[in-house]
Amino acid sequence: MPQKVINGATIDVNDEGYLTNRAQWNREIAAALAQELGITLTDAHWKVLEFIDKDFREKGVVPGMRRMNKVGDIPTKDLYALFPDGPIKKAAKISGYPKPASCV
Amino acid sequence: MKQLLILGAGTAGTMMANHLRKKANLTEWKITVVDQYAKHYYQPGFLFMPFGLYSEADVVKPKRKFIPRGVEYLEAKVDRIDAEKNRVVLGSGQTVDYDLLIIATGARTAPDQTEGMLGNDWRKRVFDFYTFEGASALNQALYDWKGGRLVVHISEMPIKCPVAPLEFAFLADWWLTKRGLRDKTELVYVTPLPGAFTKPICSKVLGYMLEEKRINVVTDFNIGSVDNEKHRIVSWDEKEVPYDLLVTVPTNMGDGVIERSGLGDELNFVPTDPNTLQSKPHQNIFLIGDATDVPASKAGSVAHFEAEVLTKNVLHHMKGEPLEKDFDGHANCFIESGYGKAFLLDFNYVIQPVQGTYPLPGIGPFSLLKESRVNHLGKLAFKWIYWNVLLKARPMPGVGHRMSRAGKQIPAEVLQAQAAA
Repeated sequence: MPQKVINGATIDVNDEGYLTNRAQWNREIAAALAQELGITLTDAHWKVLEFIDKDFREKGVVPGMRRMNKVGDIPTKDLYALFPDGPIKKAAKISGYPKPASCV
Repeated sequence: MKQLLILGAGTAGTMMANHLRKKANLTEWKITVVDQYAKHYYQPGFLFMPFGLYSEADVVKPKRKFIPRGVEYLEAKVDRIDAEKNRVVLGSGQTVDYDLLIIATGARTAPDQTEGMLGNDWRKRVFDFYTFEGASALNQALYDWKGGRLVVHISEMPIKCPVAPLEFAFLADWWLTKRGLRDKTELVYVTPLPGAFTKPICSKVLGYMLEEKRINVVTDFNIGSVDNEKHRIVSWDEKEVPYDLLVTVPTNMGDGVIERSGLGDELNFVPTDPNTLQSKPHQNIFLIGDATDVPASKAGSVAHFEAEVLTKNVLHHMKGEPLEKDFDGHANCFIESGYGKAFLLDFNYVIQPVQGTYPLPGIGPFSLLKESRVNHLGKLAFKWIYWNVLLKARPMPGVGHRMSRAGKQIPAEVLQAQAAA
């Protein structure tokens, strides 16, 4: 399984760079993963990342747009502004959770 | 007498009525099922209707026919569940008290959730195939089709049977080829997910199929609206996909009664323990099938496996015993790929679909993640099994509710990832 070194810490990732062991995640790693995607984390980004973390612990999946909107109180337009192109998959990656997936 | 109330006589509710009729102590418990509709639809058959492979007789039977003797059946609308008072209020205003409630109210399509989806193009150029009416109307549209851009589209996740839109695209490729229209048709698959296949092994093993079948894939497309004037779908970040024919899977939501009762999440799915199937806030409420929020597929096979676990847990609850955390997210799905062939998937919460044989290790007769004629015959045979075995909760030998790892090629990294999770 591939590994990655960030700020001296080794993390396990899959072929697409998503963490495979959330226990290895911390805020510095999030900031580094965000930089790789060309994103500098601000408080607005952290609001999204913290909601994903809270929601994943409750539901076992990364929340979709509607849930971010209605439950996380994060407008869709804001999501695209913060994480351009693929907001959910980018935010999931930075927060150390798997990319949104179907059964196949 | 104590009252066991089941809301919904679809796949899940009907199976529970049949299981509990056989296993519950009926001198102590009365079982009642409530459903507002008379017709039971074999929903997997909707996929075949647009291509003229199945008709009404294959997919519709009366619901009452599958409710066993000894179970009371009420054909009535449920206005709301009053969970604090352990009672259900029917549309007529009549109330039914319960000691134990099973919610099996399923999921439905909600095209009204997308701006413009129910506009002028609806059922003219824009169709769904997740309803009997939609699949029937699409059948006519396909027979009138002369060529152009055919767009297969998923609005948002989760949806019932997440592989169905992919199967639709594969069958459309086959059907259009057969009718000499494939070269005149641009086939496009639009998904809100990062790919048509999102699981690593499926992507690796099945990824070639889209290219081979000349299906163009548009990923990360979150629909904002349907533009009926210019016949195109527009995403939140203003990407556009034009269509001549749009075959969409609208947003799927839980039943309106869940919303009216204040029991659901933002999509009216009900918070449920993923292993015991008990309601998170209410100990005497249990859930099954598409109505739950558990991270398993919304599919009949899942409801079937859940029914076996839920039957045990309902009986435990009746006797005041602890529940078993025994549901593992097991799903088992055939994927039609056209030309009389199909794939088979068998997976659960932690093990993604892998290659191998099923149900007998090394023998099959079905092959996992591999195209075969036998798999296709299995899918066709399933209609008979559904009506005659599954709904009546008769045993299916060799098919356990826990996913078996025997006969599966599970790569080391999948097991490692599972251990780390």
